[in-house]
Amino acid sequence: MDNVSEQSPLGTYIEHLNAGQLAYQVTQDGKPVFYPRVAAPETGGPLEWRVSTGLGTVYSTTVVHYRNEPPLNLALIDMDEGFRLMSRVEDIDPMAVEIGMRVRFRTHPGDDKQPPYPVFAPAEQAS
Amino acid sequence: MSGLQRGSVAVAGAAESDLGLVAQHTSAVDLMAQGTLRALDDAGLKLSDVDGIFAAATQSRLAPMALAEYLRIKPRYFDGTIIGGSSFMTHVAHAQAAIEHGLCEIAVIAYGSTQRSVTRAAASPREYNYYESPYRPILPISAYAMAAARHMHEYGTTREQLAEVAVAARQWALMNPKAWEKEPLTVEQVLKARMVSYPFTVRDCCLVVDGGGAIILTSAARAKTLKKKPVYVLGVGDSLSHLTISNMPDLTVTAAADSGRKAFDMARLGPADMDMVSLYDAFTITPILFLEDLGFCPKGEGGRFVSGGTIAPGGKLPVNTSGGGLSYCHPGMYGLLVMIEAIRQVRGECGQRQVPGCDVALAHGNGGVLSSQCTVIFGSGATL
Repeated sequence: MDNVSEQSPLGTYIEHLNAGQLAYQVTQDGKPVFYPRVAAPETGGPLEWRVSTGLGTVYSTTVVHYRNEPPLNLALIDMDEGFRLMSRVEDIDPMAVEIGMRVRFRTHPGDDKQPPYPVFAPAEQAS
Repeated sequence: MSGLQRGSVAVAGAAESDLGLVAQHTSAVDLMAQGTLRALDDAGLKLSDVDGIFAAATQSRLAPMALAEYLRIKPRYFDGTIIGGSSFMTHVAHAQAAIEHGLCEIAVIAYGSTQRSVTRAAASPREYNYYESPYRPILPISAYAMAAARHMHEYGTTREQLAEVAVAARQWALMNPKAWEKEPLTVEQVLKARMVSYPFTVRDCCLVVDGGGAIILTSAARAKTLKKKPVYVLGVGDSLSHLTISNMPDLTVTAAADSGRKAFDMARLGPADMDMVSLYDAFTITPILFLEDLGFCPKGEGGRFVSGGTIAPGGKLPVNTSGGGLSYCHPGMYGLLVMIEAIRQVRGECGQRQVPGCDVALAHGNGGVLSSQCTVIFGSGATL
């Protein structure tokens, strides 16, 4: 089918996650773009894929309290390459996650209903 | 907003529908219709006078059609713009444009929600978003919580200062017979309430209740012939900045700076001219952000500004005299009720909580997760 793209932006992103990579896009003049898109915002120009080093800094954080469940961290992470994503910092007490903390990416495998997604752990503790 | 004329249109009628917990099996459209009829009665108009419909509701995706069908109105002009809780401020701007161009003359702006009756999950189902949903944020609460956390980090804002916003709202609510909350509230009670999404306890969050209402907007000339003193639209401004919290450029700076500037420019007024302000208080952080971004205090000073009763009854700046979304009523998209309180203050109808000599009032709406910001400035005849 010539008139249908071979792969969606999210499809490519998930393929990278399955390979243990956090992928993002850059514009022709090198500006990072996240979430993945079919074309560059503002210009509509082409985008190229890159793989992040996986290191970032907590921009903001909260602890979500569902009834009858342990508290759950939720955070916004600024990646060193200059893009931001929502995620979760694992391996430590959710209340110990602090703005400015250095964190490292890993792939959460998801399950049969949920494709894999990126999560984070404190950078010094990550393997 | 450039292109619109200061004072060309006025509010002729304003009314709430039933609020709080409505009768079993009431629908969102029942409440829109009820609000519309009450607002028409307030204006001294009939249903057959309506020729413009502006409506939005999460439980009625095609709200203008739902209201037109229910009341058998054949509108000459209609608009169902939905950008969250600020939708109705934007409807004011759109209705003003339509009225100025003769596309309609008597516009109703209506809203209804039964989220307490049917649960919030049923009233406002969340869209799945691959980039956010797996982390299970409690939206919108967790998004605002992260804005608060960032404000605390950058500016030293404290949980006690956030709680002051809830306490001030409660003090106003105790003077509003229509308010949901009837008991006093202390800073300590806010801090010790059930944690929902840190730093917010349930008392930092707006109510989840049923409600709705309508306002009637018409030309300034027509408004002068009607039952109530016209409340003129002096300025309007709106601004979109993002949809998801992950894509908000700076969590401590909202597009209210942009919407406010447009509204103030059109009104040829500034923050110091406002006799009262009605700010969308979905969470305790939001009035703090809007006081800063609308220019009532410098960026970062909002927490200190609201301390010591500044925005409470008897304080320097009357804010959310109805009791706000925190203590009066929050049916999900609360912007319409934000405007109704400002309109009533300009009319002098607020009884015990009336701000003396209130000629100019600002109503600011917020939608999504600080995503859409819309400001309307209302004035009495003396301000023209």
